[in-house]
Amino acid sequence: MGKYAGDPAAAAALVEGHQVHRDVYIDPDVFRLEMKHVFANAWVFVGHESQTPQKGDYFATSIGDQPVIQVRHSTGDIHVLYNRCPHKGTKIVIDRQGNTGKFFRCPYHAWSFKTDGCLLAIPLKKGYADTGLDQTEGAKGMKAVGDVRNYRGFIFARLAEEGISFEDFFGDSLSSLDNMVDRSPAGRLEVAGPPLRYMHHCNWKMLVENQTDTCHPMVAHESSAGTAVKLYEELDLPEDAPKPPAMEIIAPFMSPYEFFENMGIRTWPNGHGHTGVNHSIHSNYSQIPGYFEAMVESYGAERAKAILDENRHNTVYFPNIMIKGPIQQLRIFIPLAANRTLVESYIYRLVDAPEELTARTAMYNRMINAPTSIVGHDDLEMYERAQEGLEADGLEWVNIQRLRTGEEDFSEEAVENGTTERQMRNQFDAWVKFMTRNVPAREAAE
Amino acid sequence: MSVTRDQLIDFIYDEARMLDEGRYTEWLDLWLPDGHYWMPLDYQQTDPLHVTSLMYEDLFMLKLRVERLNGTRTFSQKPKSRCHHVIQRPFVDEMNGDSFVTTTFMHYVETRLDEQQLLAMTAKHDLALVDGTLRIANKRVDIVNCDAAFRNIQLLP
Repeated sequence: MGKYAGDPAAAAALVEGHQVHRDVYIDPDVFRLEMKHVFANAWVFVGHESQTPQKGDYFATSIGDQPVIQVRHSTGDIHVLYNRCPHKGTKIVIDRQGNTGKFFRCPYHAWSFKTDGCLLAIPLKKGYADTGLDQTEGAKGMKAVGDVRNYRGFIFARLAEEGISFEDFFGDSLSSLDNMVDRSPAGRLEVAGPPLRYMHHCNWKMLVENQTDTCHPMVAHESSAGTAVKLYEELDLPEDAPKPPAMEIIAPFMSPYEFFENMGIRTWPNGHGHTGVNHSIHSNYSQIPGYFEAMVESYGAERAKAILDENRHNTVYFPNIMIKGPIQQLRIFIPLAANRTLVESYIYRLVDAPEELTARTAMYNRMINAPTSIVGHDDLEMYERAQEGLEADGLEWVNIQRLRTGEEDFSEEAVENGTTERQMRNQFDAWVKFMTRNVPAREAAE
Repeated sequence: MSVTRDQLIDFIYDEARMLDEGRYTEWLDLWLPDGHYWMPLDYQQTDPLHVTSLMYEDLFMLKLRVERLNGTRTFSQKPKSRCHHVIQRPFVDEMNGDSFVTTTFMHYVETRLDEQQLLAMTAKHDLALVDGTLRIANKRVDIVNCDAAFRNIQLLP
């Protein structure tokens, strides 16, 4: 039994304003507590509705360490059920997606369930006569998660039966999701193809923190972005020659510190925040013919311009996704163990927009986020070195102090210098809050 | 001038050997300027552009990749990875004048530090005879478990 087992208050004490104890990243007990408390009490992204467009369509995924199924019910709405037969525990579906028709059928004893989870039938049901089955949880069928919300096509769920409402959890941070969806002239996105799946031998929080870390690109990515710039200059092309796509997408990672300082970071309560308040590495992408016209058609010139002028770079939704509005991308950091994380990088098609936009998004994804991508190699190397380095006993704390001026109030929205580590501190403030949500107040204060 | 089956087959073997021996500059010279190296993400993927691939790189990107491998601040290549191809005798699928198609089954091993991974894959080459020399017009590499969650694949399968 480790020192934090079953003790969320002890784990929460590992976070101080300006530093975080290494056990938060490496201790298996802390990981188990995160799954049980942070991932159960927060609203966690499940999938996009376009992954289950037809009745009976399902998508198997997980919330923290909990196997769940997103499924389109016969009434058209989307349910999120635990992927477990209430009889013996068998996972009901094992393929990542498919269509189950009107009901789920357990492959072990053929108990069957409606697509909202309700028990439909049991073979030889008379064997349960007078056994009191109807008094058990099993008789209710596949268990649904505590709450589900479809927000503009994005499905979020809260495992806990009781807890913070969707609106209170996200607040004004939904403006980033709104902006990403509004970039479609139809106001609608669709998943384009399967996600990249990339296995990282490091803690999931390192990945989330890196999404708003603006002091690493010019250092860690010098080998990819710096080399791209060098190679391009050697080509000695005329000023007006079209840039290779690699230059448009990869080269901005080499922007100087000043660029990232002026970019700005905004934080919202409950651990959400984004880089790119004023500009971002996506700001200077070339125009796609016909796109602005389609936007004006849908929204009018002024509104279309306002939507496209938003330069939000990376928006983190606590606990474990990041979205990129300007290129319609969502990355989910799926925690598997304290030192193991599966990263899935999805791209979305803007309904009614030119397909060239999807092509650029796909290009970005494979150039930056693939296990075969040179930029991804730069990052993974740093995370895994950190995971191994944190085992060093000489130092126990991870510093997240950059641009911190005394006690901070994370219950208020704030905009600061783009190289602040405030968003990381904001995430840990939320981490403590949801980790200790079920701890009686007196105990938490001790 | 005509090309024999054996010359096509030797070309595929030579290419694999160049990659295994890290002779990347020589390898880049095999390519025609508008060629693409495609590694699909999805089983039997048909569209390289509007869905994600593991790789779909033009010659600029391939040069960047090679240049990076030699860089002094390429931290993920300290120490460097090594790779090894074991290939079956390539099938010559098409011989049309100056253009050719081959299919090659191969096992690819990549190793760095204490880790080693094995990938089974199929490489499809579009080759062209230009000024008496065989060149790669396009190359598609399908990994059998393309939809699995990989760790880093840093060199060129």
